[in-house]
Amino acid sequence: MIWNREYESMTASERRQLQCDRLKHILHYVYDRVPYYQRSFDQMGIKPSDFKKLSDLSKFPTVTKIDLRDNYPFGLFAQPLANIQRLHASSGTTGKPIVAGYTRNDIDVWAEVMARTLTCGGCGREDVVQNAYGYGLFTGGMGVHYGAERIGATVIPISGGNTKRQVMLMQDFGTTILTCTPSYALNIAEVGESEGIDMHKLKLKAGLFGAEPWTNEMRANIEQQLGLTAIDIYGLTEVIGPGVSSECQEKNGLHVFDDHFFPEIVDPATLEPLPEGELGELVFTTMTKEAFPVIRYRTRDITRLISEPCPCGRTHVRMERVSGRSDDMLIIRGVNVFPTQIESVLLAMKETEPHYHIHVFREGTLDHLEVWVEVNERFFSDEIKHFEALSKKIAHEIQSVIGISCRVKLVEPKTIERSEGKAKRVTDHRKA
Amino acid sequence: MKVKQISVFIENRSGRLREVAAVLGQGGINIRALSLADTSDYGILRLIVDRPEEALTVLKQANFTLSETDVIAVEVPDRPGGLAEVLDVLGSAGINVEYMYAFVEKSSENAVMIFRIEDIEKAVSTLESRNIVILDNERITRI
Repeated sequence: MIWNREYESMTASERRQLQCDRLKHILHYVYDRVPYYQRSFDQMGIKPSDFKKLSDLSKFPTVTKIDLRDNYPFGLFAQPLANIQRLHASSGTTGKPIVAGYTRNDIDVWAEVMARTLTCGGCGREDVVQNAYGYGLFTGGMGVHYGAERIGATVIPISGGNTKRQVMLMQDFGTTILTCTPSYALNIAEVGESEGIDMHKLKLKAGLFGAEPWTNEMRANIEQQLGLTAIDIYGLTEVIGPGVSSECQEKNGLHVFDDHFFPEIVDPATLEPLPEGELGELVFTTMTKEAFPVIRYRTRDITRLISEPCPCGRTHVRMERVSGRSDDMLIIRGVNVFPTQIESVLLAMKETEPHYHIHVFREGTLDHLEVWVEVNERFFSDEIKHFEALSKKIAHEIQSVIGISCRVKLVEPKTIERSEGKAKRVTDHRKA
Repeated sequence: MKVKQISVFIENRSGRLREVAAVLGQGGINIRALSLADTSDYGILRLIVDRPEEALTVLKQANFTLSETDVIAVEVPDRPGGLAEVLDVLGSAGINVEYMYAFVEKSSENAVMIFRIEDIEKAVSTLESRNIVILDNERITRI
């Protein structure tokens, strides 16, 4: 099923023409309305009229999260508040949040791209969507909600948390589609199991999981525990929220809704555009947003673009699953480490639970990485040597992937904090 | 002939050991013998109790991570060299002892030791062929 065949299955040349027209429009639009963009274009000595073809976009300046934050709260809005219907904000764990405004039309576009996303996941009118993304300033809850309503599905706006109740409603309401963060999906599975419920007997058929990076190993784990197809969805507050790109049933890259959001891959060091297929930083330009358009926003996500056609019939360019958000990257003894690398090692092992926490310490001048892992009851033994062998094996596997040594600490099951939204996997004691 | 041993995973946090003892106490379960193997992060508490099935149930309800292992309880002469004699019997039959620990109470004139052995059947027949007494669950309860 494809939600909007006209736009999702355009030919390459039709799409290029549409993107060219829309980019031309948005460059003029921001130059005329947002002093920040006027200044930054002028500083580079470039005018919106210099944009003639798609490759010209790379001549325009990029914008970063810091630029957005410096203009907190409404400095980059292109519309007066009177025309803005709603405000959302990023979680803002470090300082001020990023504020996103939406006009009536922006909300309409958002519902459209979320309807496409949900359709990618197999959701139709007859489906019951349990939306366990947080409702509120976070874009996840409302984003999914509007998309599911657009399709005409039945929405349960339960938000995150209260996990026993999630499981109860899943049974009683016959939920077919679950939407939440992948870490929360695991939490739900675990609570269901401890309540003595066979999750495979539920009507769940698909889960649309996003808002945090996760691995294919985690996907296999969630699918096996909940008995559903797990689809990766992607988005960010700065661009619109969820609905920027989504996997389809092929689960081979995420379709970027590139009639609304134009993706580029650049070298994060030089900002030079990279040829298709190369790994680099993902940059987005919103082509249709009215209230809070962004031009060449650096996502800090590392991925590559794939333009080969997908068997599902959608012709959008696809992005590879984001293997790591540069924001999550840890630098330990000078080596770049992504928590997802450690996750993939742990999930590939049968002896551990998919719950872990990474601690980084500094002793003297040296960084120490400590990975806390829950022991899996099925592999519990009465002999210390088995545990020692297990810790050694985990540490060895992790070292072979990330290239630095770590200490593995085995902890009791269910002692690592369970997520009800975005999981917190890392505590960096060096900052304390 | 086999005796059920319960092993509990215990993180190295203050009060955790007490919690195990308290849970068993509230369940009216008596600990007959125990040993603790420890590392800097965690330990494994091995227990012989009077009612192993109930002990498993109450510990499980309290969310402890458990496993059950079969061990044997062997009467060892309570005199110098008594343990060495029993170990000689096992050693000459090529039977390796993974670990062992003692009961506080005696059975008649003998001490009682718990042996964790990979090949229990072989150990039992070897020991019995040398007239060494092995206690079953019921006798353990009565000690």
